[in-house]
Amino acid sequence: MSAELSLKPRHLLPAKANKRTGMNVSVDGLSLYYDRHTKALDDVSLRIKRQQVTAFIGPSGCGKSTLLRCFNRMNDQIEGCRIEGRIRMDKMDIYHPRVDVSLLRRRVGMVFQKPNPFPMSVYENVAYGLRIGGLRRRRELDEVVERSLRAAALWDEVKDRLNENALALSGGQQQRLVIARTIAVEPDVLLLDEPASSLDPISTLKIEELIYELKSRYTIIIVTHNMQQAARVSDMTAFMYQGRVIEFDTADRLFTNPKEKQTEDYITGRYG
Amino acid sequence: MAKKKRRNPFIPKGDPQSWFARGEPLLWFNASGVTLSLLLVGALLYLLTANGLAHFWPKPLYSLSVAATGTDGSENESEPTKRLYVERVRTEVSTHATGEQRSTLFRRGNRDRGDGEFVWVNDENVVSLSRPAELVRVLREAWGPAYGELQSLETPRGTVALSPDADQALYEALDRIDAVRSKMAALENGTIRKLNREAQRLYQRERAIGGDAPLAEELGKEQARLSAAFTGAQRDMLEMAQSIEPYWLTLRVDSGELWRLPLASVLAVQHPNSMSYVEKLESWALQLWAFLSTAPRESNTEGGVFPAIVGTVVMVLLMSVIVAPFGVLAAIYLHEYAKQDWKTRLIRIGVNNLAGVPSIVYGVFGLGFLVYVVGGELDKLFYSDALPSPTFGAPGLLWASITLALLTLPVVIVATEEGLARIPQSLRDGSLALGATRFETLWRIIVPIATPAMMTGVILAIARAAGEVAPLMLVGVVKLAPALPIDSHYPYLHLDQKFMHLGYHVFDVGFQSANIEAARPLVYATALLLVVLTIGLNLFAVLLRNHLREKYKAL
Repeated sequence: MSAELSLKPRHLLPAKANKRTGMNVSVDGLSLYYDRHTKALDDVSLRIKRQQVTAFIGPSGCGKSTLLRCFNRMNDQIEGCRIEGRIRMDKMDIYHPRVDVSLLRRRVGMVFQKPNPFPMSVYENVAYGLRIGGLRRRRELDEVVERSLRAAALWDEVKDRLNENALALSGGQQQRLVIARTIAVEPDVLLLDEPASSLDPISTLKIEELIYELKSRYTIIIVTHNMQQAARVSDMTAFMYQGRVIEFDTADRLFTNPKEKQTEDYITGRYG
Repeated sequence: MAKKKRRNPFIPKGDPQSWFARGEPLLWFNASGVTLSLLLVGALLYLLTANGLAHFWPKPLYSLSVAATGTDGSENESEPTKRLYVERVRTEVSTHATGEQRSTLFRRGNRDRGDGEFVWVNDENVVSLSRPAELVRVLREAWGPAYGELQSLETPRGTVALSPDADQALYEALDRIDAVRSKMAALENGTIRKLNREAQRLYQRERAIGGDAPLAEELGKEQARLSAAFTGAQRDMLEMAQSIEPYWLTLRVDSGELWRLPLASVLAVQHPNSMSYVEKLESWALQLWAFLSTAPRESNTEGGVFPAIVGTVVMVLLMSVIVAPFGVLAAIYLHEYAKQDWKTRLIRIGVNNLAGVPSIVYGVFGLGFLVYVVGGELDKLFYSDALPSPTFGAPGLLWASITLALLTLPVVIVATEEGLARIPQSLRDGSLALGATRFETLWRIIVPIATPAMMTGVILAIARAAGEVAPLMLVGVVKLAPALPIDSHYPYLHLDQKFMHLGYHVFDVGFQSANIEAARPLVYATALLLVVLTIGLNLFAVLLRNHLREKYKAL
């Protein structure tokens, strides 16, 4: 049974960020075709819990980013893309025909591999999603912008340059700005697509700390190439290969005592 | 033991690489291509500037003695030499069987005396050439300049003798006449034109009401009031014209005869031979300003080009206002919304090819469709009381602008599409991932970033439109338009009016005028002005674009 995703009107935003507790995500028999012959995901089933970090690892082209983009339906953009199976967030089917994709995306935020701040001021970047949501009052905007930048551990670095162009920030700052922009609209689920792969080690560390801090309020799903990073930040880890989830377990067990031969080969560096 | 020195392996053993392999010829070809282009542009600008701006410089006047020869080359015994007051125009060298022959074209002025305004003189026949200080050039409203010596001035209070040292009275009289003339112009452009408009409106109302007696009576009163005002204005005009009539200037021309000129038509009197450099510069600036700020006279061979400047600028701006939104909207649809299949590709190819259609074809389309069909229908719907005289059913400013907008549409579409294609997908994804719809992403992210590209499109469109002449001849540009398309009378911008255009003015003055020699310098000056205007309009758009681009320069 699929209940329609019930969401509050767009202009009503929660007053306090700490009311967020994330959503449980369940994936059942999900297959995805880019066209009639290319099957990118093959019968994927997962249970992802709230207030946990779930990492997808696997070699390039294994479908982990594709899977991630199913959670906020970014794949809808691709012409000819078709899915089978079901994804539910707190029991609500997100592929129900009457779901409004932009409402879904406000609850399921996404951070991309390359920092993509908009070419406007730092303030306007964070306020963008709020303005789209219909928030107009300057004082509320100020408040949410500050709270989001603080949550993204960026406030102290940019508080004096809120009106400067966001493109003038460093790569690491830009990526944290994008995270601030994403959490400003109060999502329940945070999708991170290799968020640190284009950053230097120090910025990477900051992002990882940030993920750890945000965990208590969101469902975080992260795709990464870096196994150490997956081991460090994730509670649950899924190893994917050729569009299938080979093994899904707690990070500890998957990295120390994998059940599957393919997983072991991958984490010991025999291929991938 | 001497150690054998190791050869540096990066230094070739034999000859160095040939200059061909290093790409020298290509480099030289490229450099000469650039140089040639720059030289041509420089030569163009130099030719226009030198010929165009020099026209307003007060050139020296000569007293020329010519050995009078008959057509058969024999000496004319009764009059061995002939004196001419002239201005030098140019010298040409022609080669004959007997050798080289240099002859010079002189301008004698005094067109209305009927002795021939221009004269070719064989250089061998020049006996003497001098620059007497007392020669003056009289610039007039009609008949071109007059050359001679100042003799006397008749005023209502009597006749004053004039000499190079005592010509104060002349300048005072000129100032007085100038003041009256500008008052007359103000009366004509202001009150009389307004009365004309009112009369026209009244006429239309009269036709509309038909047999309604009380209304007709009211209209009759209105008409009486108008005609009284009109008579008054005419009387004022006549009085002013009469007040400057009794001023006459007498010149002694080259033949020695005295010549009476009405001072009312004299614009300025120059002593080019005795003027200081500063005075000449001042006179040059005044004449240049007069060129820019007054209307043409003498079927465009004299006077200024002000209406043409206004017409060109208004038409180009109107065209930009029309083409920018349509081009941008079309490009956004093609790039952002249309499914990228063979139909869209076909449309895109079509749009690109529209840019290659000869412009006169657009002119024909504008006349045949916009003017006759659209304009004719508009007249039937909204201006039926003025029919059969057309309002929008005749060539005019609006149709010219729309025709040019159509002509430049592909440029804007192509430039905008390129700008949209340059915007990284990641920005669109970022916006969509925040819950923005496609339209919100387009409106808040894509369009602002693509604005500089759109401006580039409009800049290219302006550059193309400002220089276009051929289609305009069919859809609204005329040789002489008495009224400007923009003025202080409602509705301020007169979309139905015909207008003048610098490009067409160049063509008209250069090829259609009866007095080619007199008009020649104006062709250069007008062409220079057109170039300057085009550059100016472009520069304006470029500055606007750079201002916008500053915001997104890191992308």
